[in-house]
Amino acid sequence: MDQFLQHIVNGTILGGTYALLGIGLTLIFGIMRVVNFTHGELYAFGAYMAYLLVQVLQVNFFLSLVLAAALGVALGALIEFVLLRRLRGADIDTVMLVMIGAGIALQNFWQLAFSGVAKSINHPFPNLPLVFGPVSVAPIRIFVIIVAIALLIGFYLLINRTRIGVAMRASFQDPDVAALMGVNIPLMRTLTFGLGSGLAAIAGALLGPIFVVTPTMGDLVALKAFAIVILGGLGNIVGATIGGFVLGIVEEFGAGYISSGYRDAMGFLLIIVVLAFKPQGLFAAKERIG
Amino acid sequence: MLRKSSTILALTLAAFAAGDAAAQEAIKIGVTQPLTGAVAASGNYVTNGARIAEEAINRQGGVLGRKIQLIIEDNKSNPKEAVATAEKLIVRDKVPVMMGAWSSTYTLAIMPKLIEYGVPMLVETSSSGKITTSGNPWIFRISPTSEMEAQVFGGKLDEFKPAIKKADFLAVNNDFGRGASDEFRKMLDGKKVTVGITEVMDPAATDLSAQLAKIKQSGGDTLFVTSGVEQITLVLKQAAEQRLAHRIITTGGSSSPDQLIAQAGAAANGSQHILFFAPWFPEMASNADVARAFVDEWKKKNYEFAGLTEGFRGWDGIHTIVEAIKIAGKAEPKAIQEALWKTKVKGVNGNIAFIKHGGPAGQESGQSVPNVYIVQIKDGKVAKP
Repeated sequence: MDQFLQHIVNGTILGGTYALLGIGLTLIFGIMRVVNFTHGELYAFGAYMAYLLVQVLQVNFFLSLVLAAALGVALGALIEFVLLRRLRGADIDTVMLVMIGAGIALQNFWQLAFSGVAKSINHPFPNLPLVFGPVSVAPIRIFVIIVAIALLIGFYLLINRTRIGVAMRASFQDPDVAALMGVNIPLMRTLTFGLGSGLAAIAGALLGPIFVVTPTMGDLVALKAFAIVILGGLGNIVGATIGGFVLGIVEEFGAGYISSGYRDAMGFLLIIVVLAFKPQGLFAAKERIG
Repeated sequence: MLRKSSTILALTLAAFAAGDAAAQEAIKIGVTQPLTGAVAASGNYVTNGARIAEEAINRQGGVLGRKIQLIIEDNKSNPKEAVATAEKLIVRDKVPVMMGAWSSTYTLAIMPKLIEYGVPMLVETSSSGKITTSGNPWIFRISPTSEMEAQVFGGKLDEFKPAIKKADFLAVNNDFGRGASDEFRKMLDGKKVTVGITEVMDPAATDLSAQLAKIKQSGGDTLFVTSGVEQITLVLKQAAEQRLAHRIITTGGSSSPDQLIAQAGAAANGSQHILFFAPWFPEMASNADVARAFVDEWKKKNYEFAGLTEGFRGWDGIHTIVEAIKIAGKAEPKAIQEALWKTKVKGVNGNIAFIKHGGPAGQESGQSVPNVYIVQIKDGKVAKP
C-alpha cells in the first residue's frame, strides 16, 4: 500500500509535465496540422536556456524560467516565420520533411554549442524531501506540478475564453472567413506556433533542474508528446491534459508492478488499445465537416 | 562548365594525393566512442585520454619511425552507429587496428565486423563477459569483465561496515547492466548474502521514481547500481528524494565521482564506487610513476579532473596498441593481432598483458587482468573507504 501511494504521487507529478508537453504539441499539431518534429528540440532549448541563465549568467532561478519560456516563444515564432510561412499550401509531406530537417539541425546545434556532456542546473529548493506518511516528494517536484497545472488552466482559458483564442481557432478552421472578419491570419499562425513552442521550452526549463540536460533529451520526450496528443484527441487541450496524466500514471504503475524494462513501452501499448477502440482518441473534438 | 569540372577533378586528385602522403607518414589508429548521446561524458573522457596519449607518443618520435594519427568517430551512444563507425574506419580510413567502443552493447555490435574484415580491436571499457567468450580472436580487452569486478569485490566484502546483508540491484537495461547484475548476484549468492530485487532502466530513461519506489519496499541495505555517470547522477538525486535507506554502490568504473559531487551535490554523499583508477590516491596505483605522468598530461590540457577515472582507459588503450605495432614491426591488422599476445605495457591501471579467454582453441580473445579499487564520497569529497 505504501508503495502504491508513492507510485500515485510519482505518476501524477510525471503526468503534469507530460500534460504540459502535450498541450504545446496539440496546439501546433492539432490546431495548425503541422507535424512538429522540433517540439523535442524546443524542450531541450528551454533546458539549455535555463542552464545558460542560471549556471553561466547567474540570473535568478524563477526569472530564468520566465526568460527561457519567452525565448522558446521567440524561437518558435522564428521557425514559423522563416520556414512554415513559406510552406502555406504545401502538402503535409513537404512540411514534415522540413520540420524533420529543422529538428536535426537544432539538435546538432545544441551539441555544437554545449557539447555532448550532460549539464546540471542548480535550483533554490531544499534537497530534503517532504514526507507525508509513507510518501516522500522533493519540493522542486511540487513546484513543477503547481506551475504545470497553472499553465494548463491558463492555456485552456486563453484558447477557449478569449478573443485571441477564438481568432486562433478560427484561423485554422476556416482561414477565409476568419480573414474576412479582420483576423490577421499570418500573425495568428506565428503566435500559435510560438506559444506551443514556449510550452515545450518551459517544460524543459522546469525539468532540467530535476534531471540533467543533454542535447538528445528531446528525443524520447517528443515521442511521448505525440503519444499524448493522439491519446487525447488532436487539438483538444483537455484531452492532452488528461492524456498526459494517464500516460504518467500508466508508465509508473507499469514499471512498478509489471516490469521496469518495459516502462516506456507501457504508454504505447495503451495507445494501441485506445486507438483500437476509439480511433479519434479518448476525447476527440467533434470535427466540423465541410 | 568544362573549366569547373576540371577544377573539381584537380581538387579531388589533390585531395587523394594528400591523403596518400599522410598515410605514408602517420600510422592510423581508429577510435570509436560515444561522444554524444546518453553516455557522452564517458566517451569524451576516454577520447581525451587517447588524444593525450597520441600527443605524448608523437612527442617521443612515434612508432616505427612514423607518427601515429587517431581517427576518432562518434558512435552517438547507439549500437547501429557504432557498427557504421567501425565499418567507416576499416573500409574508408583503412585503419589496421581500432579502440572502442565503450558500452558492451556497442562493442558486441561491432564484433562480427572485426571477423569479417580481419581487424583487431582493443576494448577499453566494456565489461560484459560475452565479449571475450564468444570466440572472436580479434578482441583484446584491458577493462575487467563484470565477473572479475565481482570477484575482487567479493574479496573485500568483510570490509563493509555495517555488513551487506541484503542487496538489491538497479541496472541499465543492456549488456553492461544486465551482465554486471548477473555476476554480482552470483557472487553475493556464493557469499550467503540475500539477494533482493533487480530493477532495470532504459539507457535514456530520466525518471526512475517507479524503480526506486519498488526498491525501497524491498528493504535491502545495499543497492548496486550499474550505468554511466549521467544515469548514476539521476539515481542518486532521485534516491535522496525518495529517502531510500540503501547504501549505494556503483559498478563498472564509469561513475566519475567528481562529476557526481558536482551534479548530484549532497545526494552523492555516502555512495561508494568501484573504479579502475583512483586519481586522488596515485600511490594506490601499481605503476605510480605512469599514473602521475598521465595525470600531469591531463592537467596540462585543462581537462576536467572528473574525467580522469575514465580518461586513463584511452591512455592505456592507445599505449597498448602502439606497443603492439612496435612488436609487430609493421602496421598491418594480422601482424598487430599476433603482436598483441606478446604485448606487455605498464599502464595507469597496472600491468597490461593478455591471457586467453573463451575459445575454441585458436579463436580465443585476449583479456588483461586489471586492478579494481573502491572509493566513497564523504562530505562532498572522495575518500578511501
